[in-house]
Amino acid sequence: MGEQQQENGIVGRGNRDGAHLFREWFAELNRTAEQGGPCAYVFVMGSMCEILRTFNLPIVFPEINSLQMAVRHVAHEYLNQAEDYGYSPDICGYVKADVAVQLRGGEHPMGRIPKPSIAVFTNACNTYIKWAEIWERMYHIPIFTLDVPGTRAAGTQTWPDEPDFENDRRYVQAQITELIALCERVTGIKFDIDRLREVMGYANEMSRGWKQVLEFNKTRPSLFNALTDGTIYLGVTNGFRGAPEGGRFFTDLVEEMAYKAAHGIGTLTEEKYRLTFIGVPCYPIFRRFNEMFTEWGGTFVHSTYLWFASGGANLGFQYDLARPLESLAEGVLISVRDAMDSMFYQDRAIIEMVDAFHLDGVVYHPIKSCRTTSTGMADNRRSLMAARDIPSLFIESDMMDRRVVGEAQMKNRIDAFFEGLASRKQQEAAAR
Amino acid sequence: MAYAAGVDVGSTQTKAIVINEAKNIVGRSLIDTGANVVIAAEQAFAQALKSANVEEEEVEYVIGTGYGRYRVTFGNAQVTEISCHGRGAVHMFPATRTVIDMGGQDTKAIRVRSTGEIIDFCMNDKCAAGTGRFLGAASSALNIPLDQLGPTALRSERPVRISTTCTVFAESEVLSWLGRGKKLEDILQGVHQSIAARSIGLLRRVGVEEQLTFTGGVARNIGMIEALQKGLGVKLNVSEDSHFMGALGAALFALDHVLAGRAPAAIRETS
Repeated sequence: MGEQQQENGIVGRGNRDGAHLFREWFAELNRTAEQGGPCAYVFVMGSMCEILRTFNLPIVFPEINSLQMAVRHVAHEYLNQAEDYGYSPDICGYVKADVAVQLRGGEHPMGRIPKPSIAVFTNACNTYIKWAEIWERMYHIPIFTLDVPGTRAAGTQTWPDEPDFENDRRYVQAQITELIALCERVTGIKFDIDRLREVMGYANEMSRGWKQVLEFNKTRPSLFNALTDGTIYLGVTNGFRGAPEGGRFFTDLVEEMAYKAAHGIGTLTEEKYRLTFIGVPCYPIFRRFNEMFTEWGGTFVHSTYLWFASGGANLGFQYDLARPLESLAEGVLISVRDAMDSMFYQDRAIIEMVDAFHLDGVVYHPIKSCRTTSTGMADNRRSLMAARDIPSLFIESDMMDRRVVGEAQMKNRIDAFFEGLASRKQQEAAAR
Repeated sequence: MAYAAGVDVGSTQTKAIVINEAKNIVGRSLIDTGANVVIAAEQAFAQALKSANVEEEEVEYVIGTGYGRYRVTFGNAQVTEISCHGRGAVHMFPATRTVIDMGGQDTKAIRVRSTGEIIDFCMNDKCAAGTGRFLGAASSALNIPLDQLGPTALRSERPVRISTTCTVFAESEVLSWLGRGKKLEDILQGVHQSIAARSIGLLRRVGVEEQLTFTGGVARNIGMIEALQKGLGVKLNVSEDSHFMGALGAALFALDHVLAGRAPAAIRETS
């Protein structure tokens, strides 16, 4: 990094600001827990932050709390506690870590997590529903399921102005109206549509920026690592959706990416292999996992994780603030549906991405904890291989449980994958 | 004459191969890996040199492979056994498009191009069922030497069905069949069929394309060859040196280096 770049502070600003926002977010949650104020528990695929922020509810993402425990190497303590309490080793690690947090009165490596006043979730993941029922039983709080119609079959998505889409949109909007009434009851605050417009405006700024940031990584060299840097940005897309800080963060991030693109500043000094990552990261050895790829000159230029775990915000959907409720329903329908498609029909998008992102390989990472994101991955891979002659790697581990993460076995497979990539590049070069 | 060598440090046995410029095998060795991987690699290499009647200084490049490849301390580079088995199999049988490698504690299905480049691979992950260890358990339970398992199984007329998919539990299931008066050969054939079924599952995941080459230590077992051929419905290529295929692949990668005067892209120099 040159002196001038260091001076202007643009390069690396997103990572710094993202980390700062994260600390601020958890500090606020800690204050809420200490003071006993209300808060909402939500999930990454359809958080409904736009509505919840309108009622000034602090937002808790238990999925993010859980992954933080894995990254900080304490997840096993929480998982063991939940299993001692009676939860099976076979169920979602995020759920079990959260159960242990609740059993510990909110104790978390980043501070105290407040108890929920309401839980809001979509059907994007079937575990969300059972998970929220745990809080319902623990705290006797209202839980709200937003049923978002998904794609009925690959390639059959409907769009605005089509009758089927309009039916789905009205169905979602009716549920949003019910959610608003529930939030009024929980908070005692009357719904203010102008406040909703304001929140949606910030969400627009964020979504617009997020889409641009993802597109920027088509450049060579790539500007950010989708697995490591991308996960920081992803945290902001969730924790600050509909907040002014979130909108500003992404406006700044677009500026950073534009600067890096203009100056050819990438993530690695030598980018040999451009990869995309399918699935949820291996958080128990998060840094090491990435190193096993970067050691070979591999960098993740994209990831489906950045799609589905941002609730489909990657599409950059822009709300029409002149008709907020209708447009919110439209945006939720399109974005959450896309989040589901990113898991279930991701082959179509990856096939298109191969050229656009100049991909050399695709890495599939099914995880034991999450059948929602992992089931069907092998079929999606098969579909990709039938459509495109691109090497792919299929390695299984977990996003929470280090007991099922075999680093040596994983490295062996990763090394073999790169040996194949290297040999392929060598033969391609020889043929030219 | 230039020589190159490959040392395959496996979970059970360590194999070493020395080849000459014409890619002919001039020396080989096979020893138990034991607890000290470094010494096993050194001894295997020394024995291979002796059998080749070649001095260590004459070997210009050595590549380590297998789980202990980073413990081949005298080696110049490492390549995974996945790439090495693919390379070795295509060298021995150029029409090979799919490789099934059955070793002591893992089984790999590998799909390759005509160049030996790996297209796809699949391995057993967290369980040793369907590997040589499964046969070891049966050998121990029935008190029959490993090299007699295959020939005994081939005498079977009414094989039993081994239902368990766990190597540890298989031992008790084998004993249970014995207790019920089943013939030794029928039980053993059941064991072979069980392993073959798991391996075929791996092969299906990468896609079976002819010709298939069977490598690894278990390829010396005639009963397993028969069980796989019957399950797949195709004839397998099996070399007398199938056990050494990983080491051979490593030696071929090493020879690439010697001949090209540079490390092939797939090779990582030992730092």
